[in-house]
Formats: sequence, C-alpha cells, structure tokens
Amino acid sequence: MIRLENVSKTFHTESGAVAAVKNVTLHIHAGEIFGIIGLSGAGKSTLVRCINLLERPDSGTVTVDGRTLTGLDDKALRHARTSMGMIFQQFNLMPSRTVFHNIAWPLKKQKLPAEQIAARVRELLELVDLTDKENAYPSQLSGGQKQRVAIARAIASSPKVLLCDEATSALDPATTRSILALLKKINRALGLTIVIITHEMAVVKEICDRVAVMENGFIVEQGDVLDVFSAPQATVTKSFVDSTGNLSKLTELVEEQSPVVALKPGEVLARLKYLGRSADQALISRVSRQFDVDCNIIFGSMEVIRDATIGNLGLIFSGEPDNVRDAVKYLSENNVQIEVIDR
Amino acid sequence: MTILSTLFPNMADKGPQFLSAILQTLSMVAVSGLASFCIGLFVGVVLTATRRGGVMEHPKLYAVLDKCINIFRSIPFVILLTALVPLTRAVMGTAIGTRGAILPLIFGTVPFFSRQIEAALAQLDHGLVEAAQSMGDSPLEILFKVYLRESIPAIVRGTTITLISLIGLTAMAGAVGGGGLGNFAIMWGHQRQQTDCTYAAMIIILALVFSVQALGNFIIKKTTH
Repeated sequence: MIRLENVSKTFHTESGAVAAVKNVTLHIHAGEIFGIIGLSGAGKSTLVRCINLLERPDSGTVTVDGRTLTGLDDKALRHARTSMGMIFQQFNLMPSRTVFHNIAWPLKKQKLPAEQIAARVRELLELVDLTDKENAYPSQLSGGQKQRVAIARAIASSPKVLLCDEATSALDPATTRSILALLKKINRALGLTIVIITHEMAVVKEICDRVAVMENGFIVEQGDVLDVFSAPQATVTKSFVDSTGNLSKLTELVEEQSPVVALKPGEVLARLKYLGRSADQALISRVSRQFDVDCNIIFGSMEVIRDATIGNLGLIFSGEPDNVRDAVKYLSENNVQIEVIDR
Repeated sequence: MTILSTLFPNMADKGPQFLSAILQTLSMVAVSGLASFCIGLFVGVVLTATRRGGVMEHPKLYAVLDKCINIFRSIPFVILLTALVPLTRAVMGTAIGTRGAILPLIFGTVPFFSRQIEAALAQLDHGLVEAAQSMGDSPLEILFKVYLRESIPAIVRGTTITLISLIGLTAMAGAVGGGGLGNFAIMWGHQRQQTDCTYAAMIIILALVFSVQALGNFIIKKTTH
C-alpha cells in the first residue's frame, strides 16, 4: 500500500544542515497497522510527513496505492492527499468552526449536496461516539474528544491510509487506550491502512501488526511486532523493551545487593524469558513438581502482543543442587531463555 | 443649554461648521479606512503567503514588499502629506480639502495595517495549515479558509488599532488644509485662541475612538470560540 524507497530528507537551518531522514526503505501492507517508534528527534515525524509529502523528500520515491506521489505535480498531489487522512498530536482542529464543520471540511471539497454531507458527518460522529457534540466548538472538548473529532475528519472522505503523528502523546493513559481502541475498530471495520508514529512502546504493543524502530534518521530494525520485541537487536529497541518490563530492575537490585535478591545457601537466582507457545504451558509448576525445587518469583511481567505472550521472570530456585541444575536444564530445553545470575 | 454656553462660549455660532467638520472627519476615516483595509489586507496576506515557510514562498517578492513597507513607515506623516502633493494633485485633482487628504491617508495607513495583518496571521498555529494541507487544500484555499477565517479576532484587533491611528492621522491632515475636526481645532482653537473649540473637537474625536474600540472588542468577543 505504501512504499518508501531510499527516502532522504535534510533540513537546512541557520545552524547548518540537519539530516532528519536517511535513506529509508519501508513497505507497508494494505490493511495493517504499522508502527514507527523512536525517541524524539529520531526523524519519525519527518518520515510520516514524507508519506503524504507535507515534507518533500530530497531523494527517493514515495508510492501510495500504486501512485508515485513524488512524481506528481502540485494539483495531482493535492488530489492524492484526499485519499490519505492524517491526525496530529495537537489535534489541529479549526477553532472557529464547530465539530460539524470540522468534520465536514473534507466533504465540502467533494462538492456533495448539503444533506449528504450532514448525513455523512452524523454517521462519522456515531462511529467516534460523539453524537451529542455536533455543535460544540473544539475549545469545549477534552483532549480525547478532540482527537476523536480529528479522526472523524481524517476518515471523512473514506481514505485508504490514515497517518497518525504522535496521536496519543498529548493524552492520558486511559484516553490513549480508548483512542487506540477506536483506531483498531476503524482499521477492522474499514480495512484502513494505519501508520502510527510514537515514542511509546505501549502504543505499538497495543495495536501494531508490524513495527519499524527509528534512530538518527535511520530505520534500525523492522518486522513483526512480536519478533522485534521478543528478540530486539538494536540498542534503542532493547531500551524500548526494557522500558515496559521491569526486568532491568533485577540487575539494579543485584548490583545494589538488595535483600529482595539475597540468597540462602543452595539457592540460585535466574532470569527467565519465554514467548509464544512456551508461555502457554504451566512450566514453573511442572518444574517445581517434577524436580522437587521451590520457585520463588520475585519479579514478573507478561506482555500480550497480538495474541502471543512474552513473559519475563526473575526467579529464585531453592532445593538440592542437582535438582536445581536439572530444573534449569529442563526449562532451557523447553524454549525458555534462562540466565543464571552469579554474584 | 446654559452650562454648555458657559463651557463652550465660542461654539454657539459654529454649529453648522462644527457639524460639517465632524462629517468631513467621518468621511475621511470611512473612505481612506475602507481603501486601506482592502489594500492592507491584500498586502498582509501576500506577505504571509510569500514569506519563508509560507504557502506560496517567494523570498524576492517578500523582500521587496518588506522594504517598501519599512520605507513608508519611516516617513513622518506630516512630511508624507507634503511629499505626496504632486501625486495627490495628479490623481485626485486637488491636494487640499477632504479629497486631497484621502490619498496621503491611504499611503500612511496601508503599511501600518499590512504589518498588523501580517502579525495577526503569524499568530496562527502552523498545525492548522498542515492539517488543511493534509486534506488536500490548495495554497489559495488555505489563505482564505484557514489564515483569514481562523484569524478573524486577531484581524479585528489589528483593524481597531489601525482605525484609531487613522483617526489621529485625519486630524493631522486637517493641519495642512485637509478639513475635518483637526482643521476646526487649529483654525478656531489655535489660531483664534478659542480654546473651547479645541476641546469640542477633542471630545468628538475621543467619542469616535472609544466607539471604534468598543465595536472592535464586541466583534472580537463574538468571533472568539
């Protein structure tokens, strides 16, 4: 649906040239929710603006739905943009217009009769669950409501692609979840391809099918969300993964010699990581029964990413040394990455 | 009536002259104000559109306009009035009276008002422009539907300030034969030392300024959401 080939964009500012996007190649499939995650300044906002050419790349080609946008003249490009919706961190609703007129904006461009516009606006208001706010002004709405209006406006002309630039970054966690649920709903209901720019792992985990990790203008890693986050390669990806679980805390505790991780003779501290199928089995209780060891869970996090589980555990085994060794061996033979922490 | 005739002894016989001075001032403000509004709005929009990062970026055109405005804004109005006499005579047929004052008033007001409009439009959140662009709006549509429409309160504020300064300029135009309340105050109050005539003119000017300000505030309140 969206193909970026070797896209680069450099800004020339008074303090010198800033290369925001460097030689990015990205293929986004129709109907998927694609996340682009990175720290601020990584170039992800510029990259998403290269998709609808709000920023024209210096080199490379951008193809959306079979049309090479980088080859279009201004008029054709404007027409192409009507099949791509966009929502923003700061919502960017027109403050002097009511909710109705904000949503009607792209419809008026299509020169539809007034009744058809009104009917479509009401349909959209229902979709985003704001039927009672038709005549409100944006300043009278909460952040979450504003973003719902922005979503309605962005999908009013039935685009094939929805670009989200940090769409939930100005919202609190509960509102973020409700907006993500709405995006997921319209992705399923309308088959809309959604590109999400974010710096929040939680957003990617919640709704993305595939993800690209961006750093210093480069895409450092991309693929299926589960693959990328279960086996992160790049340092930045690892830090994103760590930011969600609390396993890095285990290392800290060991370094601080916290009483939480103090071991009695014969005890072994280990870090376990398991994903996919192995997470479905009752491995810990089986190990406990089979090898006659006690397993004391001191840390744990379970992430559900698209129907699969990634589990992280900090565990203290106690029992006969041979039994503990066998238990560790058994676990590692059953798709659990296990790391015994020595001190 | 007795209080009035005590406070304004010299005004008793000047009723018709005073009224016509008020009307002259009003007509100067109306005609040059309307013309300056249209021209200044246009120039301000062109400045906004052509500046760096504008929707119709054109650095050369911007630089030329920018310089012209700075030059005209630097000339004191009294000097501009006399400097423009040949042009005024050629265009309006006369360089004195209400007719003769209109052209210099426009020249004095347009640069100021253009800057007011430029400043008003510059306050617009760039995100709104981006949103409109993402929906496929053309630069011209963005200028009308986003810049002008979304800046109405700021434009009204700039217009109010400009109108008030224009009222001040018309009084000055009166000093060099332009007619109106400025002329009235100088002719009677200053040259014949009938100070009460000056005060009468001043009161009307103040009333005018306050009404403009009140109207401006009312419109701003009505258009801000």
